[in-house]
Amino acid sequence: MIELFQQAADNASIKQTKSVSRRDFLKLTGMTTSGFVLGSMLSVSLPAWAHGNASHVGNNTLNLFVTIETNGRVNIVCHRSEMGQGIRTSIPQIVADELCVAWKDVHVVQGLANEAYGSQNTDGSRSIRNFYAKMREMGATARTILEQAAAEQWAVPIADVYADDSFVINKNTKQKISFAALAEPASKIKPPAPDSLIYKSKKDFKYIGKPIQIIDLPDMVTGNAIFGQDVTLEGMLYASIERNPVVGSKVESFDKAAAMKTGGVVDVYKMPEQPTPVVFNPANGVAVIATNTWAASQGRKALNIKWGDSPHKDHDSAEYLAQLNQRIVGKGKTIRQGGDAYAAMQQSQKKIVATYTVPYLVHAPMEPPAATAVFKDGKCEVWACTQTPQNTQQNVAAALGIAKENVTVNVTLLGGAFGRKSKADFSIEAALLAKYTGKPVKVIWSREDDIRQGYYHSISSQYFEAGLTADNMVNAWIQRTAFPSISWTFDGATDEPSDGELSLGFGDMPFNVDNLSCETHKAPAHIRIGWVRSVCNIQHAFAQGSFVDELAHAARVPTQKMWHQLLGDDRLVNPKDQGFEYGNYGETLERFPIDTKRLKNVLDDVVTKSGADKPTANGEAWGISAHRSFVSYVAVATKVRVKDNKVTVLEMHSSIDAGTVVNPDRVRSQQEGSMIFGLSLAMMGEITVKEGAVEQSNYNDYQVLRMSQSPLITTYIVESDAIPGGVGEPGTPPVAPSLTNAIFHACGKRIRDLPVNKHFTV
Amino acid sequence: MISFTLNDKPIKVDADPKMPLLWALRDLLDMTGTKYGCGIAQCGACTVHMDGTPIRSCVMPLATIAGKNITTIEGLPSDASHPIQQAWLEHNVPQCGYCQSGQIMSAVALLESNPNPDDAAIDDAMQGNICRCGTYPRIKAAIKDAAKNVSTTNVDFSLAKNAGEKA
Ligand code: FES
Ligand code: FES
Repeated sequence: MIELFQQAADNASIKQTKSVSRRDFLKLTGMTTSGFVLGSMLSVSLPAWAHGNASHVGNNTLNLFVTIETNGRVNIVCHRSEMGQGIRTSIPQIVADELCVAWKDVHVVQGLANEAYGSQNTDGSRSIRNFYAKMREMGATARTILEQAAAEQWAVPIADVYADDSFVINKNTKQKISFAALAEPASKIKPPAPDSLIYKSKKDFKYIGKPIQIIDLPDMVTGNAIFGQDVTLEGMLYASIERNPVVGSKVESFDKAAAMKTGGVVDVYKMPEQPTPVVFNPANGVAVIATNTWAASQGRKALNIKWGDSPHKDHDSAEYLAQLNQRIVGKGKTIRQGGDAYAAMQQSQKKIVATYTVPYLVHAPMEPPAATAVFKDGKCEVWACTQTPQNTQQNVAAALGIAKENVTVNVTLLGGAFGRKSKADFSIEAALLAKYTGKPVKVIWSREDDIRQGYYHSISSQYFEAGLTADNMVNAWIQRTAFPSISWTFDGATDEPSDGELSLGFGDMPFNVDNLSCETHKAPAHIRIGWVRSVCNIQHAFAQGSFVDELAHAARVPTQKMWHQLLGDDRLVNPKDQGFEYGNYGETLERFPIDTKRLKNVLDDVVTKSGADKPTANGEAWGISAHRSFVSYVAVATKVRVKDNKVTVLEMHSSIDAGTVVNPDRVRSQQEGSMIFGLSLAMMGEITVKEGAVEQSNYNDYQVLRMSQSPLITTYIVESDAIPGGVGEPGTPPVAPSLTNAIFHACGKRIRDLPVNKHFTV
Repeated sequence: MISFTLNDKPIKVDADPKMPLLWALRDLLDMTGTKYGCGIAQCGACTVHMDGTPIRSCVMPLATIAGKNITTIEGLPSDASHPIQQAWLEHNVPQCGYCQSGQIMSAVALLESNPNPDDAAIDDAMQGNICRCGTYPRIKAAIKDAAKNVSTTNVDFSLAKNAGEKA
């Protein structure tokens, strides 16, 4: 789906960034007006990291990452969205290191939607993975230009000077000249060829690999950080939209007069009908436009909308899951095969069988979606907490019937996102209403809107079957999965898992079993399906990690040993050898192989350091699991106490091998966040659907983890010089199985259907 | 017209008395530091102090705050010098930052009423504040550090006295 999304996402083509003068946005997006652009002449062809199918981006210019003002301020663009991962700090960290600028001089500028940056889709745990090398190049280019400018002033060869701490220094005379003084002459120098650049070696890094404090921190502790919900424009109106409870149903009638009578309401507008496939098009509904959020939400209550029929009105998630569970025990469509699993299964001495299910989930970021737009003279400007400014630009343009060049998208801070804010629906709504009213409009989503109008993590069923030989070796393995596909959201037709989704922890299973069959079953979609932090890895890692634990129990060996046994000797796994078109998160297997050694290493690391192999008190136990996703490796050890039917999570330890790490503190905080996100979904995450409509509405009935449920969390980062892998998502998948495995070892109850609170108090 | 004190300054708001304080702050007074997260007193993002006590402003109708003393995140020192803010900086607490205004206001109120909270007291006071990003371990550690600093340096926590000048 990431690939699919990518297709929909690009084509954005604004060629210029512009100066942003609005008060609230100066700090956030304020591009310098007096700075000098370094590297603006630099022509680079986007290498493979710009995604296989994004060739339309082609030979574009990467520019505007570095500008230097004559007062010494160095502006560094962050072109990716900040949603808590710390990217507004770590991208500049990379550039600044090669640039040799003092950190105090760095000013971070949030990039507008601009295809010159390459992909800005902040998803798939790939900001550092895809841009580490490019950001170093940007920094090194700028530094070289500054060195050259200084060398020219002193009339010495460039080899006789070096940059450090915002100065260029003459090696021989020790003379110094500041970046500020060099800014103007430097801006006239032709950038060096990328292959002539000299890079720092690791031992000279000043910022890369250092736990630098996030740059937005002072604003965040004083209430000054500006999120999508906070955008305020002169004369702005506020809109709240009542949307269809069932996908596809249309507005038949509504009481405009009643809504208009509410104090503060200035207009009521029926949203355009949502086409199919749904993609990111706003849902059918009616907008109430008012002078403040409260008035809009009150007016909305008076709308009394009559909704039309929908083909999805009978969808019932409980019944649906029961059907999937029935289907999953039968042979499905084979997507990867080795040997003859069915014949071998017959030969086995012992057969272990289990079905695992995960319900629908929703992102529920702390900040519900929000977007503000102005439409004037055929041009639109949007401010949104979006993960995908380019896609937003494209979608807004299409909805308004104007050229992409006439849409400017400003990216605010995102109050959490987890995949929800990859969708442009809320920005399109704001743009449509801005055009309709002729005034700036902020569309505020309520928490209820967020829970009920999501792009949900898919409901799923997984069937696992293994045959053991007399000496407890696994000689046959069958695994099946069935869930409504994200592809349906885009094509309205797909009714089975796509290769992209199966590449997330299913078709890439790393175990060394001679006789293997990986299969899928059909599962039509009835609500909008989207990607939620770590996506299908959630259900696949839960099933796989649980099943390994079950096999260990059956074979009477420690779970760690069973992992080693299944992974076998150190080797690189290629699922393509067994017929599966593996996506590998958009990377080649040459650059990012599936390396069983690294997976075993994180597992051993976490077991040893956490003490998960040590005895525990009565009623307490450890559970472990490991998973490779987003080309990184994570293992988790979770310790629980089960007493009086209540599960208390005492400790969680995780070990991550994400290759080279730019900001270890943010890797830690992402691991902490992933543990809590994973725990939250495993313990209590569940969206249910009745008569086609989501039943939950807010944090009272869609519970998320709170402080008293949050365990002690410890993170271990594997020292590595490998290419950077993903960080934001890979921590989540191994959490659920480590938890349910721990519960099993503590009390003997095996949970195969999440969430845990169906069985225990949590 | 409803009159109250906001961060030590007298203020009048002309609005529906049923309007929750949160929306008056955000939409009418342009003070967006206080956040919306749920609207039903479930998440704590909108936490402010009323006469020194933490309240959820999303369910507090304007009518009920007439004559009261309200302190928002903007009422804390803008130089982040409050011990809680300092501890937040030291522990690099926030991820996305959206819940943090509410977390900080709850934590400040906790230390005012209990300068030396143990784990249970922290859990209890912070239970109403959701952080979807999962910064709980750091919040807890930061509160403990702030408490230590407070008890050793005797910092005056009473916001109402000096927040106005600092803000
Ligand atoms: S917004 Fe008030 S408690 Fe959530
Ligand atoms: S820091 Fe993102 S919700 Fe708390």
